[in-house]
Amino acid sequence: MKFIMALMLLALSFSPALAVEPSEMLDDPVLEQRARDISQELRCVVCQNQSIDSSNADLARDMRVLVRDRLLEGDSNQQVLDYMVSRYGDFVLLNPPFKVATYALWIGPLLIIGCGLFIVVVFYRRRSSIVGADTPVALSDEESRRLETLMKDEN
Amino acid sequence: MNRLIYMLPLAIFLVIAGYFAKGLTLNPRDMPSMLIDQEVPTFDLKPLKGFQRGFSSADLKGQVSLVNIWGSWCFACLAEHPMLMKIAKQKLIPIYSIDWNEKNREDGPKWLVKHGNPYTLIGDDPKSRAAIAFGVTGAPESFIVDKRGFIRYKHVGVIDDENWKSTIWPLVQELRKQ
Repeated sequence: MKFIMALMLLALSFSPALAVEPSEMLDDPVLEQRARDISQELRCVVCQNQSIDSSNADLARDMRVLVRDRLLEGDSNQQVLDYMVSRYGDFVLLNPPFKVATYALWIGPLLIIGCGLFIVVVFYRRRSSIVGADTPVALSDEESRRLETLMKDEN
Repeated sequence: MNRLIYMLPLAIFLVIAGYFAKGLTLNPRDMPSMLIDQEVPTFDLKPLKGFQRGFSSADLKGQVSLVNIWGSWCFACLAEHPMLMKIAKQKLIPIYSIDWNEKNREDGPKWLVKHGNPYTLIGDDPKSRAAIAFGVTGAPESFIVDKRGFIRYKHVGVIDDENWKSTIWPLVQELRKQ
């Protein structure tokens, strides 16, 4: 158990490889941290499932630099994200926003779980409502004779 | 009725598998562009090395034009190139272009010398500023811009005889009438 815990801790300690190169980083640590936060929310549009913060693609690098330049020009985090969305759509956000077009995405799984629970509940209710389903019925003569012979064979 | 319930998981599986099968045939790069019916983003790109003029968004006003995003590193652009040469030779539509993400400033001009230059104006975009402004995810990508300077169509991938005749050229003629 301890061994497994140690393995899990070890696995946690490996954070994804950093793609940000030292030359890209901003001198101001506060701005740099904001840039990192924003970059982690933006999808690398040529890699499909990686943030620009962890992608080595050329376009991801150029987007990281653009994020930093915009911060230097005084944009808020939201303004930077809004700019990227205005160019690439919600697709560029790794965390899709909750809005009409994404209701199915966010509510769908809950609906499916709800349906499943409903079916399970109905199923068990019905089963227990069949009168006497759980009380054993006495064996018929024929059945008890067969049981007896079977038990004998066993011995 | 009870029997049918047991078929339900299979039915659900088939529906999901159907969607996945459809998904396999789709091009993940084919996303709706945010820029359709929007004004061309503002940009002002420097000329390529050895060229007199660069390319800025102001150049697109007053005519229907094609904006093509390419790079010397892009193989599909090479495949598309003869078609662009043909369009330029027949003077069907002015082709403006953004030379995107060249590693080396010589690469773009060299490529054009070797293969020919179908472009009216070319802007150098080494840091992807214009490419990101256009929401580009790869090359080649092309945009049809109307007389007012609004983007009306985005074409992802190679322009060939077929999509030119079936989609792009009819749209250009339509936009010229407006």
